[in-house]
Amino acid sequence: MASPMRIRAAAKDGVTEVRVLMSHVMETGQRKDSSGAVIPAHFITELTAKHNDKVVLSAEFGPSVSTNPYLAFKFNGGAKGDKVAVTWVDNKGETRTDEVQVA
Amino acid sequence: MRKQLKAIAVSVGVALAAPVFAQEELNFDAYREMLADGNPAELYEMEGEELWRTARGPRNATLEQCDLGLGAGVVAGAAAQLPRFFKDTGKVQDLESRLMHCMETLQGIPSEEIVKGKFRQGERAKMAALVAYVVTHSKGEKIAVDLSHPKMKEMYELGERAFYYRTGAMDFSCASCHSQDDKRIRATQLPNITKPEGAAAGWGSWPAYRVSNSQFWTMQHRLWDCFRQQRTAEPIFASDVTIALSVFMAGKGNGAEAQWPGVKR
Repeated sequence: MASPMRIRAAAKDGVTEVRVLMSHVMETGQRKDSSGAVIPAHFITELTAKHNDKVVLSAEFGPSVSTNPYLAFKFNGGAKGDKVAVTWVDNKGETRTDEVQVA
Repeated sequence: MRKQLKAIAVSVGVALAAPVFAQEELNFDAYREMLADGNPAELYEMEGEELWRTARGPRNATLEQCDLGLGAGVVAGAAAQLPRFFKDTGKVQDLESRLMHCMETLQGIPSEEIVKGKFRQGERAKMAALVAYVVTHSKGEKIAVDLSHPKMKEMYELGERAFYYRTGAMDFSCASCHSQDDKRIRATQLPNITKPEGAAAGWGSWPAYRVSNSQFWTMQHRLWDCFRQQRTAEPIFASDVTIALSVFMAGKGNGAEAQWPGVKR
């Protein structure tokens, strides 16, 4: 199972800043292991962030994004105690959702 | 939007950006500042915190009774005072050898398994996560290693000798790379460990997450790699020489603020 993300969300002056650290190998499919065999591609393809039930960010990721990606963004609105949920899906169909309360 | 772009630039650009800078354009501080926001060492810290509280090993026990020097189970500030002399073992121990002791005595996980293991695998990988957890709880603390015990003095002197000891096919010592100011290898700065500020810069910024290889390295791992880069015999995990070098660095860096866990290119 995929490891948890670390998400922080803080509201200030009507804007919420969200910072997400994801745990993922982000393997490009271009690398070889010590025996010369190609390491299969394994990377996040889609990411969605929701404020309560409303989608505030939707992104497509690819193999050029680093291992353990870090993403920071802001959206208008959001208050203390609101829910922010982030979901990613990778090319193997694995998915992970984590949720935090806005601080 | 700017923040978002910055985040993507950090994630994507790291491997490509560093080598293209001309020498005079290298701005280490700005680079580090960008990296430090979202240090993936936090992922290891999360794993370590869970491991600390999880009952494991043949004795099915947690590490919550582990004494890192400030009393059983006290994690906050403990790393800043390590290595230290422990009465119960009669030895000077660094964080990793102390954790190994706790894992053996509390959980029944044989130390042999860690000493003979490989970095980033098995119990040694779990140890690294535990290290990330413990050091994060000394972030911003002042390095405060007590050198008054005779065994600590002995270790400090041994560490100093090891630091200047030239050996291996290249006739290298630690001092070959770490005894001058403002030296670097490619885009990696080399702290001058013969001075307190250099020792603090080195000791206080490892363990660290390395962005270029996406790995979290403990101080034992870092020291092992220094020996490997010297093309000399690689030290045994948690052996006296590794702890002595740690006492030397920590002791020299005393009083400076620790930036644990670090983030490196």
